[in-house]
Amino acid sequence: MTWAMFVQHALNGLTLGSLYALIAIGYTMVYGILRLINFAHSEIFMLGAYFVLWGLTLFYLPWFVAIVVAIVVTAAIGILVDRVAYRPLRDAPRISALISAIGVSFFLQNLTIVAFGALPREVYRPAWLENPILMGEVRVLPLTLFVPTLSFLLMLGLVWVVYKTKPGLGMRAISKDIETSYIMGVPVNRIISLTFGIGSALAAASGIMWALRYPQLQPVMGSIPGFKAFIAAVFGGIGSIPGAVVGGIMLGVIEIMAVAFFPDLAGYRDAFAFILLIVILLIKPTGLMGARLEDKV
Amino acid sequence: MGAKTNAILNILAAVLLGLFIWWAEENLDGYMIQILNLIAVNIILALSLNLIYGFTGLFSLGHAGFMAIGAYVCSILILAPEQKEMLFILEPAYDWVQSAQAPFFVAVVAGGLAAALFGVLVGIPLLRLGDDYLGMATLGFAEIVRIFAINLPRVTNGALGFKGIPDHANLWWNFGWCLFTLYVIIRLIRSNSGNVFKAIRDDETAAKAMGIDVFRQKLLSFALGAFFAGVGGALLGSLVATIDPKMFTFVLTFNVLMIVVTGGLGSITGSVLAGIAITVLLEWLRFVENPVYFGDWELPGIPGMRMVVFSLALIFMILFRREGFMGKREFSWSWAVGRFFKKAGRHGI
Amino acid sequence: MKKLFVLAFLMVLALAGTTLAADTVKIGVYLPLTGQMAYGGQLELEGIQMASKEAPTVLGKKVELFVVDNKSDKVEAANAVKRLIEKEKVVAIIGTYGSSLAMAGGEVAEKAGVPMVGTSCTNPLVTQGKKYSFRVCFIDPFQGAGAATYAYSGLNAKTAALLVDVSNDYSVGLATFFTRSFTKVGGQVVANLKYQAGDQDFTAQLTEIISKKPDVLFIPSYFAEGAIIMKQVKELGAKFNVMGGDAMDNPKIVEIGGAAVEGFVHTTFPYDPSMKDMSPIAKKFTENWKKAFPAKEPNVNAALGYDTYLMVLDAIKRAGKAEPAAITKALAATKGFEGVTGSTTINATHDAEKPVGLVQIKDGKKTYIGSITPKL
Repeated sequence: MTWAMFVQHALNGLTLGSLYALIAIGYTMVYGILRLINFAHSEIFMLGAYFVLWGLTLFYLPWFVAIVVAIVVTAAIGILVDRVAYRPLRDAPRISALISAIGVSFFLQNLTIVAFGALPREVYRPAWLENPILMGEVRVLPLTLFVPTLSFLLMLGLVWVVYKTKPGLGMRAISKDIETSYIMGVPVNRIISLTFGIGSALAAASGIMWALRYPQLQPVMGSIPGFKAFIAAVFGGIGSIPGAVVGGIMLGVIEIMAVAFFPDLAGYRDAFAFILLIVILLIKPTGLMGARLEDKV
Repeated sequence: MGAKTNAILNILAAVLLGLFIWWAEENLDGYMIQILNLIAVNIILALSLNLIYGFTGLFSLGHAGFMAIGAYVCSILILAPEQKEMLFILEPAYDWVQSAQAPFFVAVVAGGLAAALFGVLVGIPLLRLGDDYLGMATLGFAEIVRIFAINLPRVTNGALGFKGIPDHANLWWNFGWCLFTLYVIIRLIRSNSGNVFKAIRDDETAAKAMGIDVFRQKLLSFALGAFFAGVGGALLGSLVATIDPKMFTFVLTFNVLMIVVTGGLGSITGSVLAGIAITVLLEWLRFVENPVYFGDWELPGIPGMRMVVFSLALIFMILFRREGFMGKREFSWSWAVGRFFKKAGRHGI
Repeated sequence: MKKLFVLAFLMVLALAGTTLAADTVKIGVYLPLTGQMAYGGQLELEGIQMASKEAPTVLGKKVELFVVDNKSDKVEAANAVKRLIEKEKVVAIIGTYGSSLAMAGGEVAEKAGVPMVGTSCTNPLVTQGKKYSFRVCFIDPFQGAGAATYAYSGLNAKTAALLVDVSNDYSVGLATFFTRSFTKVGGQVVANLKYQAGDQDFTAQLTEIISKKPDVLFIPSYFAEGAIIMKQVKELGAKFNVMGGDAMDNPKIVEIGGAAVEGFVHTTFPYDPSMKDMSPIAKKFTENWKKAFPAKEPNVNAALGYDTYLMVLDAIKRAGKAEPAAITKALAATKGFEGVTGSTTINATHDAEKPVGLVQIKDGKKTYIGSITPKL
């Protein structure tokens, strides 16, 4: 392998990984607070991308307005999903909420198919995103620079929210003990809604970015990235926002490098991710950066 | 009610089921028989997952993996060598795959045993994990099984899978295995092991403190559940006559999980009832995608509507009946008889 | 008196109506209308429905279509066929897009002895050893040979690389047959890399392929993935030609692929709206389609659905009665049936023999560049 090829692979991995990271943040925030694997997150991701398309084609919005509207609407849907399908189950066994989450995921995906058909839709990419920058033999896409930067900034922003603001204090309190938080006067439901709102807005942002990187929309487009991002969240330590980012980027780079170094084993690419997941769970069940989540007794 | 009466009633019920199958084979059409067969297989799968998750509290999402192992082992054993020669059009099968042969019953048992072996192998490292972590790791295991099935064309015929698998899995076999599963699991739950499993589920730390070898008991439950999942997979393969890696995705595990949760975690009766109800419901729901006629006016069927309705039904069920149909309750003859006489008595007055 | 006459007339009409309704020819259709392969299934259904509007009767009876969604899932496909046969009592079945689904459905139809005609399932296993399975399309060994021949002679490629969806039966099959034929004609396969359905990042595989400097890249994928692959091929600056199979044939490919699919060549069934020397039937189909679906391009999947329906009707006509056994016999004897996708003759293995069409994307438009009849 030449040096240029290695750098090319590393950059490809970084782009893929930062997209995983953005999705993983949503999983990790909800899990950190509610201990719920929010399966609907991958559909929220998909909806975010679709809303931009509809904003552009049905309402003829300028693209930046369409993106803002899409993120807001997606966040609202995330909050709605929590209200309708998760909040009534707060005191139920955790499996109930999990099943409900999977039900919501099926529902949103199939509703999109019913409403807009299963045919993939095209994505218009602005020209400045299309043309790679040449650096010797290495080709760098503008998105390759843009996505990791954005992931990093969003992560910083979120860490600030969680550790420096009052709602963030509430989030941390709820994640430690939801009942005591109630008693102590934390507006639990409002904080949880906020968490879903932020998580879903991020999912929408990553859905839009994903659609720009892999320019095509499909109702099932969320499933695999969602699955991988979820692994990334566990890998980095579920519940930890920096962990999600590190886990996402590492998963992306490892996936790409595994294929780069063992091209004959490319068919096993998805197995790498899962083997990695199992190994990390066995060695350090809390993930790379996760703190021990106490089981509530 | 005495043990003897119970046994007699049980045997009577089994005989009635036998009579029903005998009648069904003569009088029902193939579509109905297919649904009955699917019910039997789904009950086996639900019971096996209920043993692992409902009774022992091990959150396992690896069922599709065990089913795949059972289905592939059984199919390889019952496919005729000539059939295999025709099937492997991409790369020839290994000699041992090509020549392996066994009668159907042996093949199903072998499928179950292979799944159980994998259950032990993955259980030893993974069962130390708790809760969601175990769920994720077993889910990972199932996906790895599927990816290997895709990438080993000389054993599994890769993405092409097998077709023309002999359809030995008729009503007798399926319901026979279903009764056997039911019998084994009920005996196990009623035995000391059953109490130990429940103790582990309800409070692992306390169980450990009582001197229970928690890990061994967990492994026993997990391997036995894997065995029956393998059996279920083997029967399913023979029932639909064709298998490939795409069949064994997370959705399959989820279907089984849904039956277990709908019926009630830790309720055998619940798994049986939900196995019947959900299998029938999924078929029945097809009507929402067919065109509806109001006289001459036709409302076209909407593709995809079925899964929308189904997922809504699922969400409503979990919101309003979170413990499932049965909770942890069970059917028993004394309950049924008591109820019957109470009603009859009231009518008498 | 007049009133009485009207009443009598109405009664006769009602009677005629009921007899007509009771005496219909029932044909089942099972296609993936939801799930991963839904886009193909929906196109084919539109073709079938258009054909049934144009030819609503056979043997003087009304044809009744029963459409069932197989959800892109094998178990569902088997169930769907069972339901069509047992519950709706259909005498023949049309379907399906997706070879794995056709295999699952074919097993059921075989047992019940009801003929089934595949639309675009090209894997050889679909009809292999089956008495009741047929198809209106050619099979992958033939298509693979066609693609390899064109790559070697038409594009003058001496080395080829493949990027294969290892989890897809169609993809691995076509890849194998392409490799066999390409080596046989004298070419060399320098790289064979794999991915799995649902992956959208192919940069690792493509970077590896580019380093091998092949003359042509063959991607036996479905069009949605194919378009993404080609976008990434372009982003990584590759200069080689890209080729694909019939699953790339979809009007959407240019919309989704944009400039990245320019010059791309794929094999297909011999129909495309851009065909120059179109047969009268193909011309009629194209015109009628544009009337029926002004917003949609006529496409080869719809054409295959259309042909399948008419070929089944043709067989029923020749059989003289709407009974599965007779229809099967007539289907097996199909010779020179003229359809939109050319003349169809069913051979000994129940597959259709027709030339492999070639389509190239030129100036953002699908252009039919000819057909090829490869030697196997």
